[in-house]
This record gives sequence, structure tokens and C-alpha cells, in this order.
Amino acid sequence: MYEAIVVLPLIGAVVAGLISLVGARDRFPGEDPPPPHDDHAAAPAPEDRPRGAPSPEAQHGAFANTGVEEPEAAPPAAGSQLAELITTTLLGIACLLSWYAFYDVGFLGHEARVPIFTFISFADLHSEWALRVDALTAVMLVVVTTISFLVHLYSVGYMADDPYQPRFFSYLSFFTFAMLMLVTADNLVQMFFGWEGVGLASYLLIGFWYHRPQANAAAIKAFIVNRVGDFGFSLGIFAVFLLTGAVDFDTIFAQAPGFVGKTFHFLSWDLDVLLVVCLLLFMGAMGKSAQFLLHTWLPDAMEGPTPVSALIHAATMVTAGVFMVARLSPLFSLSPGASAFVTFIGATTCLFAATVALVQNDIKRIIAYSTCSQLGYMFVAMGLGAYSVGMFHLFTHAFFKALLFLGSGSVIIAMHHEQDIRHMGGLWRKIPFTYATMLIGTLALTGFPFTAGYFSKDAIIESAAVSNGSVAGYGFILTLVAVALTSFYSWRLIFKTFHGAPHDPHHYEAAHESPMVMLIPLALLAVGSIAAGYPALTVFTGHGADDFFRESLKLGAANTLFEHAEGLPLLMSLAPTAMMIVGFVVAWGFYIRRPDLPVTLAREQSLLYEFLLNKWYFDEIYDYLLVRPAMWLGRLLWKGGDGFIIDGFGPDGVSSRVLDVTRNVIRLQTGYLYHYAFAMLIGVAALITWFMFGGAHG
Amino acid sequence: MIITAIFFYLFAAVCVASAIMVIAARNPVHSVLFLILAFVNAAGLFVLLGAEFLAMILIVVYVGAVAVLFLFVVMMLDVDFAELRRGVLTYLPIGGLIGAVFLAELLVVVGAWVIGPSVANSITAPIPPPSAVSNTEALGLVLYTRYVYFFEAAGIVLLIAMVGAIVLTLRHKPNVRRQNIADQVARHRATAIEIVKVKPGQGLS
Amino acid sequence: MTVGLGHYLALGAILFTLGIVGIFLNRKNVIIILMSIELILLSVNINLVAFSTFLGDIVGQVYALIVLTVAAAEAAIGLAILVAYFRNRGSIAVEDINLMKG
Repeated sequence: MYEAIVVLPLIGAVVAGLISLVGARDRFPGEDPPPPHDDHAAAPAPEDRPRGAPSPEAQHGAFANTGVEEPEAAPPAAGSQLAELITTTLLGIACLLSWYAFYDVGFLGHEARVPIFTFISFADLHSEWALRVDALTAVMLVVVTTISFLVHLYSVGYMADDPYQPRFFSYLSFFTFAMLMLVTADNLVQMFFGWEGVGLASYLLIGFWYHRPQANAAAIKAFIVNRVGDFGFSLGIFAVFLLTGAVDFDTIFAQAPGFVGKTFHFLSWDLDVLLVVCLLLFMGAMGKSAQFLLHTWLPDAMEGPTPVSALIHAATMVTAGVFMVARLSPLFSLSPGASAFVTFIGATTCLFAATVALVQNDIKRIIAYSTCSQLGYMFVAMGLGAYSVGMFHLFTHAFFKALLFLGSGSVIIAMHHEQDIRHMGGLWRKIPFTYATMLIGTLALTGFPFTAGYFSKDAIIESAAVSNGSVAGYGFILTLVAVALTSFYSWRLIFKTFHGAPHDPHHYEAAHESPMVMLIPLALLAVGSIAAGYPALTVFTGHGADDFFRESLKLGAANTLFEHAEGLPLLMSLAPTAMMIVGFVVAWGFYIRRPDLPVTLAREQSLLYEFLLNKWYFDEIYDYLLVRPAMWLGRLLWKGGDGFIIDGFGPDGVSSRVLDVTRNVIRLQTGYLYHYAFAMLIGVAALITWFMFGGAHG
Repeated sequence: MIITAIFFYLFAAVCVASAIMVIAARNPVHSVLFLILAFVNAAGLFVLLGAEFLAMILIVVYVGAVAVLFLFVVMMLDVDFAELRRGVLTYLPIGGLIGAVFLAELLVVVGAWVIGPSVANSITAPIPPPSAVSNTEALGLVLYTRYVYFFEAAGIVLLIAMVGAIVLTLRHKPNVRRQNIADQVARHRATAIEIVKVKPGQGLS
Repeated sequence: MTVGLGHYLALGAILFTLGIVGIFLNRKNVIIILMSIELILLSVNINLVAFSTFLGDIVGQVYALIVLTVAAAEAAIGLAILVAYFRNRGSIAVEDINLMKG
């Protein structure tokens, strides 16, 4: 069964990929694909459109406001329906199997390890391809397959007019396969395979509309920033192998306690081995989960289609880092320094992303920074040792964040690919269903009582409150403040999008609700955003967690946390709710009662406003510090090293020298007879001289 | 003997001087004339050496034929007075140096070299004493008997040279009529006769 | 002072050198080259006859006769070539003859 869960999406990906390749062959029999055009801000004017193309209302295609003018309104590729059907159905089956597995493994306790084949067996390195299914895996399986299935379903509607649907569905299914490989990994090498696979899928999907230069740039940025994290991750894997001689989890976890307190010598320092290993491994998580310092790729990843953002950058890929820390919880729990660092980074990210989200104007970017911030929450919990609480928030966050993204996709479609919330307004009358589901998602995100987000978020804040240590205090303060900020920007989004007067009458008039195939996933996710909270509380927090997770998470420290949390004063446990109300009131005041206030505030505090709007100038700093020197070095090596030295002394140099010699030799051939005669005479004179004074005598 | 020495030096000096003038003269006609002078002096040297037949042949063939031929060509080609071109001056040092080196080596060889005693035993055809046989007769005695092959070959060479010269330079004038016997003999009715039906009173137009 | 073989040979050497120098020092016209060749052949003849006299061997003179013949033939052909060349190119300046230039 577990093989089926993992392999079904792969089959779907391959089939859809083949359909896409065959279709591409038909469409472009040997020619180049159509060239990219300049960006347009809005949908093309009617007179520019070729005859016979459908009117703007009907052209729901994903291209209209992305700025690419396809030469004609290209029809969906042949076989799109088949590709959609196959991939979505296969994923639906995998989803059902995953829920069954969740019940089986989590509640009935039938953990499993399914070996498939031996991947590497060389000297000391043994890496077997095996599916490790324990409670942690089961949680992730459910999350991944459910969200992926719903996104597939949603994409049938969202990408309805896109000419490249088979490719899209192929990539989506491939991503799901890679993510499933990651979560079912039994050893670090297999996990790294899944890690890289989701990175690749992210690149392919962000750059799906590859005719757009911004999409290409964003895809490359995502991949490269991820790579930086992966570098640390790889070093961590090497270090683990060096220490323990194995890469599979069972062996590592068994040997880990033996390394506590050991140090190794490096460049005149004595470093604690476990600290170094955990920090390196966490570097990978920082990259993949867009934590502070390696976060720059996440907002730009919104260049991809909205279903991609929902699947990858909300629910699954970015949570891979969180999952990795959870999976390696035996290692992290043995290194207090690394865990403190994890909490520190998580809390900093949480606040940082929330401050930036306050002033963003693109609907998807707000939600992207929100994701970044919520991931910070998860890492705060992870660092405090409350792994199950972090997983709880991962579980609930997947639902409401995917809901928010898909809902925003519905809004974008309704507004004909307008993504700037300053151009929206008053949409609640036009798209009530989307409005209702977005409202539910926002309530869950801000932690409104009895939504799923309330339980998971408050659990994290309570864990921070009861933990010892200055990092815990730092985490508590920051996460609490972030609640207010989260509430503010979430309600800001709702108010500016759905309430108030419409700022773009033309698009407003044309707005209408999305088709049913897009609304069903929204409904299901809304249900999940509410229902995934209270029932799961016993599973993820408190004593039930131990029974549920058993050996998959190291919950030693967390158990004491849960006990203390129950004894928390009421004021402390209500503090997050209070902050949420504060944020809501301020947003109400700014955007409903006195809409002129934010404008004047931004103008007066322009320095702060610009600072936040430009994401604390991180992109500019990185460009100056890292990108420019890297490009300089690359150019130096290319022009100087490769061009001048290797080419110059190698083939080009040799050929130039040959030409030089030839050119000089040619000068001997003057064509003048007397020159030749002179040469002969010189030769004869030389010969005679040699014979007389040297050579042969007699 | 002193007379011989004086004549030798006289002939040799003039010969060398005229050789130099052959190269250095500006007017090519002068060059040819100096060449003739060089040949004549060489002939004189041959007489001193006792090879009077060769001396006369030199005059007859070289001067009378070859040098005159040169003169004909110089006249025909209408070569102008050539300025002493700049190239001579730049190349003169190095060319002169190489030439001087060459000459020096030759002279060293000539000076240091002696005839071995065994050579005297391997003379192919000794010269008979001039009182008995004249130089011409002596040459003839050897040339038409032992070296007749070379004699005939020389004749062939001359024949071929003559043919070659004609082949290289013969031009048919375009409007000179000449007979081509082969064409004349190969005529036949189809190309030679044309029958024209002429109407009475029309004539052949 | 007796004039010995060496003197004649020296004279031959000088004429030979002059002939060679004449080939590549002349820039005027091609006829000078042909005349320099004649000088070389003359020097060879002087050598041959000198040896013939001083060794007492008539073969030298026979050889000189043959050389004479060949020299005449070669002069004829050379001049014919020159005439043909002049007809085609219109000039016999040595510096203009560089078609073989590589």
C-alpha cells in the first residue's frame, strides 16, 4: 500500500509528461517556440486581439495578465483533459490510501518499513531505498496528498485556458512524488533525493510560464537560494556519515547519544560535534523553509501560478524543513545550542516576515510573507523541543494557508488577473462564496477561537511561555507581537479586497464567481481549517502526543512543557487572543473607518514605510554583498581564466602561434628569383664553410 | 716566361673588369658588349693555355652567335635605361659580403690544394705533343672516336633547343593566309558545294 | 714569375663569384641574369681548360666543348622564354617578376 501511495503520483507525472511531449511535438514540429513579448500591465486591448479569439471575459487563461502575448490565444494542448483526469484520479486514490494509513499507523500503531532496493552499497556507505512509515510520516502523507489532490482539482479550473496543461499537471504530480519520497525516507540520502526533487519541481513550476523573464529569474533565485541551504545540508550529511559511519536514521539515532559532549578540532577551535552537525542540517531547513536570511526567494516565487503557490509554498515544500527538523528530533534534542538557534531564527523570521507583510500590495505576496511568518512559528516550537506542537501547526497551517492561496487565486481570476489589492474593493457582493471561504481562512490564520489555527498557534505561544531560557523568552515576545501583526495584515487584505468601494469599476463589473471545480477544494479546505483543530488537539499536544507519535518524535522535553502549559495563568493563555483583537481593531480603523489614515501615515513615516516595503532591503544587500562579487568572480574566471589562459595557451594559442610562424615563413617566399638564388648561395657558402672547418675531411 | 705572365695578367685583368662592367653597366647594350669583351679575353687565355681550337670556337659560337643573340633580344625588347635601383644599394653589403666569403673559400681551396701524384697515372687521353699533332687534330682524334656519343648528344641538344625556341616564340599573324594541306585534302562534297535554286531573273542575292 | 694552375683557377673563381653576385644583385632586367649565367659557364670553361693543360689530358677540352654547346642551347632557350614572357607581361624588370610569391 505504501508503495502505491508513493508511486501513483509518479505514474501520473510520467503519463502527463508523455502527453505533454507528444503534444509539443505536434505543436512545434521542429520550429522554435513563440518568442516572448514585452510586458503589458493589463489585458490586451480588443483591437490588438486577432479575429476570432474569445472576448476577455471568456478568456480565463492564465496568460492574460501575466504580460505574455501568445501570438494567438493558443488553445489548450491536446490531451489536456486526459492528463488532468489521470493525474487527479491517481492522486485521489493516493489521498484515500494516505488517510487510511494515517488511521492505521497512528491509531492502530502498525508502523512499517518497506524496503524497495539497495541504492548504494560501497565500502561503509550503505543506502537502501526504503519507505519508513511511522506516525510522523503518516501525518505528512495526509497533508501532502490531501493538499496536492485538492490543488490538482483546483488547477483543472484555474489552468483551463492554459495551452500547457499536461506539462503543469505532470510537474505537480512529480512534485508530489518527490515530497512523498522525502517524507517516507528511511535514510539521509533518500531524504536528500526528495529534498532536491522538490527543489527541482519548485524551479520548474515557478518558471512554468517561462516566456516571462521575471518567472525565469524567480525560478533561478529560488533554486540558488535553496542551493545555499542544501550546501549546509550536504555538509551535515557528510558530517553525520563521518561520525556514525551510516546514513540511515535508525543507526544514527542509536549512536547519537554517544556523541554528546564530544568535540572536534577545526582550525584551532574545539567545536561540539552535535552542535555543528545540527547547525549544518538546519541550514538546509533554513533554505527550504525560507527562514530569515535565506528567505528572499519565497516572495518572488509568487511568479508561478497560484495553485503552485498553494501547494508548494504554503503547505508542502516549505514545510519540508520543519519536517526534517522533526524527523531529526533525536539529534536536535541532544544539542541545546542548536535548538536555541532554531528557536531564535524561527522567532526572528516570524516577526520579520510579519512586519514586511504589513505594507505589501500584491495579494499573493502578503500571503507569502504570512507563510514565512507561520513557518517561523513552527520552528520556534521545534527549537523549544515541542516537536509535536510544531507538527500540529504544520498540519493546520497547510489547510488554511492553502485555502487562502486558492481563494486569492479565485479573486485573481474574478478580477482578470489583477493582483494589486489597491485596485480591488467591494468584491464581497460579487464573489460571496470565495469571500466566505477567505474569511474562514483568515479567522484560522489569525487564531480566532475554536478555529484550527487558534489551537495550534496558541499551543506554540504557550510552549514558549513555559520554557526556560532567554531564547524562549525572546521567542515568546516575538511570537506574541507577531500575532497582532498577523491579524492586522490579514484583515487588511480582507478589507481592501472585499470591502470598501471598488477601485477598478471595469474589472469589478466583470467579476464573477469561479467554476464549481475550483470552489469544491475551497469548501473542503474551509472545513479542514475549522475541523482540523480541536479533534487533533489530543493527538498533537498533551499526553496523547506520546501515544500517537511514539518513537517518531523525541518528546522527552515536550512532555514537561505540556504539564507546565496546563498550569499557565489564564491571562497568559488569553494574551494571543487579545493581540489578535488589537490587530483586528487597528485594521478596521485604518481601512474601514478612516481609509485616509494609512496614506498619511505612510507619507509621514516614509523612511519606515520604504524600509518595510522593500523587505528591509535584503535583496539589495544580498545583491551588493553576494551577487555582484559572484558575478565579478564568474566573469573573471570566464574571461580571464577560461578565455585568456586556457584558450589562450591552449587551442587558440597554439593556432595563433602556428599562424604566426606560417606568416613569417611566407615572407621567405617573395617570388623574386634573385632572393632564391641568394638563399642558395648562402646555403652553399654555409655548406662549404662547414666542410672546411668541421665535418667531413677528404 | 715573362711574356706569358704579362699576357696572362693582361687578359685576366681585362676579363675581370669587363665581367664587373657586365653587371654594373646601366645600358644593357653596354652590358652585352662588355660580355663580348670578356669572351674575347677568355679566348686569349685559352690561346695562352694551348687550346687554340677552343679559343676560336669561343669567338665563333659565343661571341658570334650567343652574344649577338643577346644583342638582338636587347634591341627587340627595347629595354630602357634603367636607373640604378635602390635595391642594389641595400643589398650590396650583405650580397657583397656573402660573395666575398664565397670567393675567399674558393681561393683557400685553390691555394691549399695540391694535385696528388697518382693523378698523373690516370690521365684518360694524354695530349700529344703539339709538334706532331695540332690541337684541333688532337681534339678530333678523341672526339669522334671515344666521345662520339657525347658529340651526337650535343647535337641532339642543339636540335631540341632550336625546336624549343621556335615553339616558344612562334606567333601566327592573324591575317596571313597559309595553306593547310590536311584541310584541303579532307574536303568533301557536303562542305564544299551548296546548291541554290535560283529563280530566273533573280540572281543570287 | 710562372703562371701556374693556381692563377688560372683563381681567375675562374673570381669570374664565378662575379657571375653569381650578378644574379642576385641586379635589379635591372632579366637579361643581366642570363649574361651572368654565361659568365659562370665561362669560368667553368676556363677551369676545365686550365686543368686540361696542366694535367696534359685532352678530355678537359672535350668537356669544355660540350659545355660550350650546352651553354649556347641554354642561352637560346632562355632568351626565347624571355621573349615570350615579355610579350605577356610587357616588362622584364626583375622586381616585377614575383608571381611565385607565397
